[in-house]
Amino acid sequence: MTKHLKRIFLLILMAACNTIVLAQGNKPVEMADLMRSNGKIYIVVAICLTILLGLFFYVWSIDRKISRLEKE
Amino acid sequence: MHKSWWKIASLVLLVFTIVGGFLMDVPRLFILNETIRNLYFHVAMWFGMMILFIVSFVYSIKYLRGFNYRNDIYAHHFASLGTLFGVLGYTTGAIWVSVTWMTDQAQSFGSVMREPKLLGAAIALLIYGAYFVLRGSFTDIDKRARISAVYNIFAFVMLFPSIWIIPRLVGSLHPGAPGSDSGNPALDRRDLDATMRIVFYAAVIGWTLLGVWIATLKIRIQLIKDKSLLLDTTTKK
Repeated sequence: MTKHLKRIFLLILMAACNTIVLAQGNKPVEMADLMRSNGKIYIVVAICLTILLGLFFYVWSIDRKISRLEKE
Repeated sequence: MHKSWWKIASLVLLVFTIVGGFLMDVPRLFILNETIRNLYFHVAMWFGMMILFIVSFVYSIKYLRGFNYRNDIYAHHFASLGTLFGVLGYTTGAIWVSVTWMTDQAQSFGSVMREPKLLGAAIALLIYGAYFVLRGSFTDIDKRARISAVYNIFAFVMLFPSIWIIPRLVGSLHPGAPGSDSGNPALDRRDLDATMRIVFYAAVIGWTLLGVWIATLKIRIQLIKDKSLLLDTTTKK
């Protein structure tokens, strides 16, 4: 048990070291936070989903057509 | 539409890939920034390619064991879908490289592309390209099936040195190589963030199933086309 605790403690320590090292640059990592906060990311998701669904519908309709041909 | 559960599974997994892939939290890393999400698309392409090539390889061996023409059709179309995934993986990788590896302004795109992992991947894809050239150059069906099955086994074996071993031996900027500081996130689960892992595995399975679906469609079209041929071989036996 103590072995596990030691390991977990070490892991946390190492993770903390990582944040210190990153903080040394004194520059936050740029992410698309604005896009998330104003909800525009949902537009991107909606567009990608539309394309995906359209693509799947097309493949599905080909599948049905082939099934019909196989029956003949 | 027969055996449709895995086709629905593919759709569900890919919807999850896009929703989770864009909206779930990812580690905030320098240089990579939001492009870390490419893991769900670029890396999944290579995983899909590898799985499709394994299936094609197995069918080529099966063809050589019994000379059943049906297995040759299977091997051909799984290899063609695998190559498509490989080309997509290469292209998406090149786009990703242009923002993450060119951190120094003096670097040109060409100099970054001169990279063991990329060269290896290009070689592997060209070897598979030659498989289709070889297939197309035969008029005799049995000869074509036999020689291309043997060549397909060679092409599959060549994947290992060119995309797996050499980039790891000589060092590369690509993750997984000794020269890279990002570990091996695609193959070693400890190098990948826990929430990213969920979406990543879903993406790999989803994209692969989509590839298998399209390959089976092509196979079924070919089987309808060669119906008379297949009937001939079964009556001979």
